[in-house]
Amino acid sequence: MSKLKVNKKMREALTGYALVLPWVIGFILFMAYPIYYSVFLSFHKVTISAEGIVTEYTKGDNYKYAFLSDPEFVEKLLLFIKSAVGMIPIIIVFSMLVALLINQPIKMKGLFRAIFFLPVVITSGEVVNELFSQGATAIPLVEKYGIIEIIKDNLSPAWSTPIIDLIQQLILILWFSGVQILIFLAGLQKVNKQVYEAASIDGASPWVSFWKVTLPAIKPFIAVNMIYTTVDLFTNSFSDVIELIKANMFNLTTGFGYATALAWIYFGVIFVFLLFILLLFRNNDEVTVRRKRRSA
Amino acid sequence: MEQIRKLQKSNLIGAYHYVKRILLGRQGNDGFVFKLFVYGLLISVGFVYLYPILYLVSQSFKSLQDLLDPTVLWLPQKLFLENFTQAWHVLDYMDTFWNSVMNSVLPAIGQTVSCAIVGYGLAKFRFPGKSIVFALMMITFIVPNQVVMIPLYLMFNEYHMLGSSLPFIVPTIFAQGIKGVLFILIYTQFFRTIPVSLEEAAQMDGAGFIRTFFTVILPISTPAIVVVMLFSTVWHWNETYLTSLYLGDSMTTLPLQLKTFNDSFARLYGGGQTVGGQHQNINESIRMAGTLLIVLPLLILYLFAQRRFVEVVDKTGITGE
Repeated sequence: MSKLKVNKKMREALTGYALVLPWVIGFILFMAYPIYYSVFLSFHKVTISAEGIVTEYTKGDNYKYAFLSDPEFVEKLLLFIKSAVGMIPIIIVFSMLVALLINQPIKMKGLFRAIFFLPVVITSGEVVNELFSQGATAIPLVEKYGIIEIIKDNLSPAWSTPIIDLIQQLILILWFSGVQILIFLAGLQKVNKQVYEAASIDGASPWVSFWKVTLPAIKPFIAVNMIYTTVDLFTNSFSDVIELIKANMFNLTTGFGYATALAWIYFGVIFVFLLFILLLFRNNDEVTVRRKRRSA
Repeated sequence: MEQIRKLQKSNLIGAYHYVKRILLGRQGNDGFVFKLFVYGLLISVGFVYLYPILYLVSQSFKSLQDLLDPTVLWLPQKLFLENFTQAWHVLDYMDTFWNSVMNSVLPAIGQTVSCAIVGYGLAKFRFPGKSIVFALMMITFIVPNQVVMIPLYLMFNEYHMLGSSLPFIVPTIFAQGIKGVLFILIYTQFFRTIPVSLEEAAQMDGAGFIRTFFTVILPISTPAIVVVMLFSTVWHWNETYLTSLYLGDSMTTLPLQLKTFNDSFARLYGGGQTVGGQHQNINESIRMAGTLLIVLPLLILYLFAQRRFVEVVDKTGITGE
């Protein structure tokens, strides 16, 4: 009997392995090996000759060059980081706001949801660039009221440039919130209605119950959305840095080796962002747990 | 007298409360003022959201006169379709459209099938090392394309796959490719909601794992299959960065054609005389018509399958079900 059970268990495990095997092979072929090879390349000077790929070990020269000598990379990376730091909170706050609005008892929920999700379906790098260059993505009113001039006058150019960029691309930024709105909506719908009733019986205004009930309840979704937004922002082809990496691939003096080094630095930045988000949200949880323990 | 005044006062108070209830509501979020505020905000944000598309549509119907005329803002004086015929030729629409379809539908089919199989394995079978698989999947999700793209480019180059759809199709056979992990998670989440008793019943009747999967699981998983198929198609369709790298000059997709739109236009219509400015010049309206033609297939798809698209988040299980 017990032998049969083991057999059944083993058969289950084996079937499971068989089903997941395609992914594992794919992972090795299209992820693990490329990752290994790209680490390798990033420490080499790569030239492509008639006989194939020639690599020449250069220690950390590629990385050194990226930070110390490359005229564009550091500048573009910093600019992109700055704009990402600006964009992530805007996207999160905006998508939460829209989700809260749609979650109200209103008619035509489906229509509004569909409108806010539309950009996810139709945006590709080229189309977005086109709309942007034709001025279709700037809110017309913003220019009229001279907001940009005010910012220009009051801030140093190091900060005013990214902020003005943000304003001029506001619609575009909002366009990146489609998925996030849906995630928040799903989160909001999971909040227990009775908690709101209890809060309002205790005399909490909608404003208070937002801060005390809604926000804590959807906190995990904020974390998910921040991670999603970061990955999305950094990997979509709208980033200048990504263009730079591609440009360096086919640049004769720098080549594949240097381009991979840039890609790794870029990945490092993403990783730091994600780590920061995780820390931000884990710390808070620990604080509340500690508080609870103290009061208990 | 005193009583009448009291009555009036209480009437007034009653009316005041009545009006207040209508305007502000009982619970603070069901009154008229609040509704007005919500709808106003939603409609104005919705307008801002749709602004680029409205702009695109309006602009693409404008003739040169309308374009230069500052009094014509949104509605062109007449429907000018010449922009579209020109853009159609510049884009070489039919050929490019089929390229785009090949480049997005074939990989989508690959992902729909392979991710379902992997998702089934993760959802329904217990085996040691599953958490490692999930962890590796997360890594795949955060590592940007740019890191692995160069080795992959060299690899595809070695197997002479560049310039065709193969660099997109081959990874999808192994449940990789654009956002493959997300699709696996969608399936995993969906399969988990299918009661075990259903499979057990099938197994009682003597069906093996494979047969159960094809005859019991897949037929009731249509919603998940549709969602994966749609998203995979759309994301492959919209991918331009990798596409331009892998396809090079030998093949082009609709979104990529936009990059070379000006040159193609000059080749078709512009050529020759630059003096005098009398020759057919490219203008924003033609470019906008081209852009509209490029997003049109997606808009139509969205129009019909909008409900399915919006379902995606509920199906990924981020909601914690």
